Amino acid sequence: MDSQSSRPLSDDELHVLVDDQVASADRSALEARLALDPNAQARVAQWQRQSQLLRGLHRSVLDEAVPSPLLEAARQTATARQSADRWWRLGGMAAGVVLSFGMGWLANTTWQAQHPGSMSAQLPASSEFVRQARYAHAVYAPEVRHPVEVTAAEQAHLVQWLSKRLGRTLKVPNLSAQGYELVGGRLLPGNTGARAQFMFQNGAGTRLTLYLGALQAPAQSEAAQETAFRFTTDGAVPSFYWVEQGFGYALSAPLQRDALMQLAQAVYQQL
Amino acid sequence: MDRSVLLAQIPGLRRYARALTGNTWAADDLVQDTLERACSKWRLWSVGSDLRAWLFTVMHNLYASDMRRSLRRQQAGTPVDVDTLTHELAAPDDTMALEIDLQRCLLQLPEEQRTVLLLVSMEDMSYEQVARVTGSPLGTVMSRLSRARSRLQQLLDAPAIAPGTSVPQSNAAPVLRRLK
Repeated sequence: MDSQSSRPLSDDELHVLVDDQVASADRSALEARLALDPNAQARVAQWQRQSQLLRGLHRSVLDEAVPSPLLEAARQTATARQSADRWWRLGGMAAGVVLSFGMGWLANTTWQAQHPGSMSAQLPASSEFVRQARYAHAVYAPEVRHPVEVTAAEQAHLVQWLSKRLGRTLKVPNLSAQGYELVGGRLLPGNTGARAQFMFQNGAGTRLTLYLGALQAPAQSEAAQETAFRFTTDGAVPSFYWVEQGFGYALSAPLQRDALMQLAQAVYQQL
Repeated sequence: MDRSVLLAQIPGLRRYARALTGNTWAADDLVQDTLERACSKWRLWSVGSDLRAWLFTVMHNLYASDMRRSLRRQQAGTPVDVDTLTHELAAPDDTMALEIDLQRCLLQLPEEQRTVLLLVSMEDMSYEQVARVTGSPLGTVMSRLSRARSRLQQLLDAPAIAPGTSVPQSNAAPVLRRLK
């Protein structure tokens, strides 16, 4: 027998044997060495007994009914997590993202009451923005002959023109995977500067508009480094809007919340 | 996250907290603090990672900072709780006496060693998981596990303490806490 196989076992080797945290091939090798080491055998036996005792300790607690303060704490945590999960599924969010929940989205609005520092308390400019987005959608989406000012046939020109007016390089999202194609876009006025509206349409004729523009005067936009999301159905057209780095984005369409959220996700990821 | 998934974690958390603190109320307080902190710190948990491991991590951090703040109060409190239990027992059966004895011995381990031992033996976590939960290097985990097991064996082998005897204060005195 070589000296390798009669080497005394180290503590770490004893632990992996006791806790069964070793691959079966290595296990046989260790057990062979264990057979030659009576001291180690005694310790392994002791530690195994300890583990057995610990596994049995307070087992009855596992069957007890959970006290109601703990149930309540768990309920609030689960609610917050559920809302968070929806947002995280959007994926690819910028670092420093701050999430805001519009009234009526969260099932339990006490979360907002307990988190007064959340963005929802800090977005007064955005509600005006999204209202403008809705008006623009309501006015132009029903148009048959002139829904847009520049059509998708001149997409490059459209993007270049609006980028110049808005003072930021714009990108038109590609929503063909979701069944929407670009109809075109137009320039619109806004109280904080020029706005752009892009219109999309699917096979069923449903129209979707993406409305965007600076929220603050250019000099102040550096300060707005955060992103916030909000979904509202206050008006006739459901809208999903967010703020990122001083720009507001509003996606409006006569769709169910989940469908609109998926589209917002697709748009957000591309911009 | 499904609410039932979170609720399913609570009994395990309560049990571990009970063994960690040796005190029923302190244990439930610790679980409550853990759930509340989990609510406000949800942003630090990325979807898809292990909920159970994360909850244990939150609890570990809370307990470690609690211990740093009130070490003496904690250790002075627990022998009283255990002794109260033994006084109430008319004719303790072997299992109950053994369980009290085990809990008492556990409480005499330094908190870091107790934590590692419970996470490995009671919670069946892998050494890597324990390293993540406690925020320690793997080597430190193994070293603490060795000391915990050796020490617990010494305590278990010591002459048995009869029910009704109060634990000598010297046993409950703050043990030498190594910074490791």
